[in-house]
Amino acid sequence: MTTVENDAPAQEIGRDRRRKEDRRLITGRTRWTDNQALTGLLHISIVRSPFAHAEIGSIDTGAAKQVPGVVAVYTASDLGADAVQLPCAWPITKDMKSPQRPALAGSRVNFAGEGVAVVVARSAAAAKDAAELVEVDYSELEPVLDMEEALKEGATLVHPELGTNENAQWVFDSGEAGSGGSAAEAIAAAEKADDQVVITRRFRQQRLVPVFMEPRSTVVDPTGEQLVMWSSTQVPHILKTMLALTLGLPEHKIRVIAPDVGGGFGGKIAVAPEEVVTLLVAQKLGKPVKWTETRSESLLTAHHGRDQIQDLTVAVTKDGVIKALDVKLLADMGAYLGLVGPGVPILGAFMFNAIYKIPAYRFDCTNVFTTKTLTDAYRGAGRPEATFGIERMMDEVAVELGIEPMELRKRNWIKHEEFPFTTVSTLTYDTGNYEAATDQAMSMFDYDGLRREQEERRQRGDVKQLGIGISTFTEMCGLAPSRVLGSLDYGAGGWETASIRMLPTGKAEVVVGVSPHGQGHETAFSQIIADKLGIPFDDVEILHGDTQSSYRGLDTYGSRSLAVGGIAMVKAAEKVVEKAKPIAAHMLEASEDDIEFTAGKFSVKGTDKGVGIADVALAVFAAHDYPEGIEPDIDAHATFDPENFSYPHGTHLCAVEVDTETGFVQLHKYVCVDDVGTVINPLIVEGQIHGGLAQGIAQALFEEAPYDESGTLLSGTLVDYTLPSAADLINFDTANTSTPSTTNPLGVKGVGEAGTIASTPAVVNAVLDAVRQYGVKDIDMPTTPFRVWTAINSAKGTAGRGDEADVASPGAGLGSTAKDMPEGGNL
Amino acid sequence: MIPASFDYVRPTSVAEAVQALADGGDDAKILAGGQSFIPVLRLRMGDPSLVVDLGGIAELRGVREEGDKIVVGAMTTHHDVTRDELLNQHVKLISEATKTVADFQVRHRGTLGGALAHADPAGDLAAPALALDAEFVIAGANGERTVAAADFFEDYFTTAIGPQEILTAIRFPKYTGWGARYEKFNRVAQAWSIVAVAATVKVEGGTITDARIGLTNMAGTPVRARGVESALVGQTMSEETVRAAAQSAAEGTSPTSDADAGSDYREHLAKVLTGRAVLAAAG
Ligand SMILES: Cc1cc2nc3c(=O)[nH]c(=O)nc-3n(C[C@H](O)[C@H](O)[C@H](O)COP(=O)(O)OP(=O)(O)OC[C@H]3O[C@@H](n4cnc5c(N)ncnc54)[C@H](O)[C@@H]3O)c2cc1C
Repeated sequence: MTTVENDAPAQEIGRDRRRKEDRRLITGRTRWTDNQALTGLLHISIVRSPFAHAEIGSIDTGAAKQVPGVVAVYTASDLGADAVQLPCAWPITKDMKSPQRPALAGSRVNFAGEGVAVVVARSAAAAKDAAELVEVDYSELEPVLDMEEALKEGATLVHPELGTNENAQWVFDSGEAGSGGSAAEAIAAAEKADDQVVITRRFRQQRLVPVFMEPRSTVVDPTGEQLVMWSSTQVPHILKTMLALTLGLPEHKIRVIAPDVGGGFGGKIAVAPEEVVTLLVAQKLGKPVKWTETRSESLLTAHHGRDQIQDLTVAVTKDGVIKALDVKLLADMGAYLGLVGPGVPILGAFMFNAIYKIPAYRFDCTNVFTTKTLTDAYRGAGRPEATFGIERMMDEVAVELGIEPMELRKRNWIKHEEFPFTTVSTLTYDTGNYEAATDQAMSMFDYDGLRREQEERRQRGDVKQLGIGISTFTEMCGLAPSRVLGSLDYGAGGWETASIRMLPTGKAEVVVGVSPHGQGHETAFSQIIADKLGIPFDDVEILHGDTQSSYRGLDTYGSRSLAVGGIAMVKAAEKVVEKAKPIAAHMLEASEDDIEFTAGKFSVKGTDKGVGIADVALAVFAAHDYPEGIEPDIDAHATFDPENFSYPHGTHLCAVEVDTETGFVQLHKYVCVDDVGTVINPLIVEGQIHGGLAQGIAQALFEEAPYDESGTLLSGTLVDYTLPSAADLINFDTANTSTPSTTNPLGVKGVGEAGTIASTPAVVNAVLDAVRQYGVKDIDMPTTPFRVWTAINSAKGTAGRGDEADVASPGAGLGSTAKDMPEGGNL
Repeated sequence: MIPASFDYVRPTSVAEAVQALADGGDDAKILAGGQSFIPVLRLRMGDPSLVVDLGGIAELRGVREEGDKIVVGAMTTHHDVTRDELLNQHVKLISEATKTVADFQVRHRGTLGGALAHADPAGDLAAPALALDAEFVIAGANGERTVAAADFFEDYFTTAIGPQEILTAIRFPKYTGWGARYEKFNRVAQAWSIVAVAATVKVEGGTITDARIGLTNMAGTPVRARGVESALVGQTMSEETVRAAAQSAAEGTSPTSDADAGSDYREHLAKVLTGRAVLAAAG
């Protein structure tokens, strides 16, 4: 027993700790999935369809089998891969139409890039050489590319066996739900009322590719007692359970490991066909097998995001009070249903009403099949789409009514004294203060000054016109209360688990069920545990991503890791303290009631006697002397199921300069003030906001995954899929206000998706604000220079046919090498 | 990267390289900085039987002064071009254009000779070379020959270099004291040009006494904007005269249409960017 001084470590929560994981991540010391080198490892390469929609005739594997190093070439039926039904965990309606999604296509391919055969070889190079020699005889079918056409009578069907291209229709009506009035009635009334107007707009959410930095990779080793799969996945736990359910394997015979994973953005929430094919090949041959995709394979076949047509109707009084909102969506599922694909647009159902008090609301979404790569979760999943729709609409309403756009928002938003507030879409926002975030953002931005400058440039007829865009957003994250997920027919719960193992030397191993892939969990979680157990930050190790150590968890997505997983950790830490208390009392020869725990020390109230938590850990390890009737063990395990989502919010303000001669949009100023509740690590929060902004701004200005009329993806390389780099962005002025969440003990809200959700409409609103003066009404995303220039010219009725050719972009470099390179030209 | 398999040689002299190409036949290809060639291999858009790497030939690197010419070895990297004092002083346009190529990594590997031999219509160095009346020194089995810029670029990705020849150097006349500007228009900083304008002008006492203008990506090959050049010469420098002269920038061009730009937009950009390039060059 020792008496301890009060040398409590400094508070960790709130410190801008550098990320402890970065040393191994950025110096290349870690092992990604593709670095796994097992003895006897075989490599596979997947033969993919160049056609969007085609019947598969014969497949000739003869030449491929002759390539030195090739071990086997399998078609779908050789592996039973055509009979597999890859899982969709979110059947949004009881009568949802769901096609069978095989691991390799057997008789018909439904999107360009779908796998039809697999080559297994001793080297990746041999597998790739041989894959080029597999001859597949296709008979082409009509592709299905346009959602509206796809829903018409007599349209070509992606899956004739379903009898329709409609996956499901999902409706929420506040009149029926009792959470508000009938939007249809309110809109009909507004049409007749003199003091109201009805405004209708159509917006387009283009298709995007998540473009995680580390391409997907999977290694399966079938040689041990447990089949081990390493995979670059966000969801090792879900993957394990789904592999068992999908393939009929005993769950306890599978171990899934997500080692360090280089980004996901939702793109690695999947049970990928390639994971299953790798597993089937490994089982068939009884040897370890690896699949690693190329970047082009990734762009073509990993799931895409967004892709919606949004029709919004608002009824509003002439002085700017919104009376009703009607939202009609078409959402492109692509060729099959991904793991949570059909539910992604439905997550938006709760967010179109955003921060506003809208008395009547209807949401009606139809999911559509096309012969394109499937869509599924992508950073924000459903909420960026909703935020874009409503925030674009608020600007449209402001313009129609001649009300300053921020003023219009103020007239409709929930005031800080009105929290907690139950919305028309039935969510209860626990805390928030839109006024505070907005006031701070407006002053950081110098809103009035920029408006003056904008006016001056207009007066001068400056070539570079200024535009100012607003997005006052909120979102629901921290997925999610299990009962709510149940009510939405989601196939799993939303709880999270953590375990703490107190080691004899007083260090702690914390096993978490969430699965980081670049966010910095190890640092933020160590800070929390350091505070809760009163041990040094460096004495905490966060273990994750291996179902052998972390056997229970629901992984990382939907900004849930801290708001749900972090709370499980706090609960586990509380249990450690509770378990340690009687032992400390025993060591101190005091009554348990007299023991208090602060800053890592158990002490006897009113004395200077105490023991550290490390002393207790050592004492239970030795177990020579501990109270009767309890276990010599202070480890703990906890599961947390949230009662509510978390609702970060913020005000994002963007100014752009539009070059009216060229249509080029240059970011001029970007300010955002986000309320993410309690901040554990400000540096990580800022990093998440920065990255989120980059992705959201990229949707507004740069990124798009278009298809040509035959169903070929035109952005098949990173030459054609335009990603911004630091050089294309500006310094972001970020700040935080904080109204701690009242639904979790840390007061935290999610931050992982906030920047992406908020920023897109701020940028597009700014672009339109600059060019509306010429009569421009809307510009599709991404607002490329060509589109902006075309919009200005067609609004002015001046030169510029805007004959946007539907062909691969940059007409340059690799793009044109593929397309234009004449026979016999230079390589 | 997993290309189809090929043989590889790394000669140390131009003579050896020429011999290797002759021995390798039609399927032998040259590797310079690899910044265009390696992606072609990686995407399996080409499968040479033999790759002749010029990286070991010291005589192909570096910049030197030869009388009234500045001579740049074909294997001089973009990075070295941007840092070179002789070029900065006498052939500023090529330095300016090279600074806009891709990013640091690419500029450290990519070469001037490789870029010109590749002849991508959106590549940034062909239009300056044309505008500057560069000469191309080409070595082959029959010795060395020199081709004028006007005859060098034949079509998309096609130049006067024969299948078994090597571009060894590029010779530039001196433009000492001329102003220069490469006005590049692209969607993001590290993307290829949608359109770009290479302009270099000589201004004496407020009058434009000479002008050279080349256009990038306005046809399968770089195009000289001769109409603009002659409209400028003899004019007093002013924004109006420059912009008026720039109106003929799209004459004689045949730009393509793609998702980033329709042909009419490219024509419009050529005019706007020509005006801006000349003003900046003269500024
Ligand atoms: C990400 C990226 C971005 C880029 N962006 C731009 C850009 O914005 N603007 C731009 O202009 N370029 C850009 N490039 C291309 C870059 O400039 C390359 O350096 C250039 O196109 C080719 O030069 P290289 O030395 O790499 O040649 P390589 O790639 O090695 O060769 C290119 C071709 O030329 C042939 N060749 C090379 N040298 C010779 C020679 N001496 N004699 C005969 N034939 C030869 C080769 O056989 C091959 O066919 C980019 C490249 C990358 C990877």
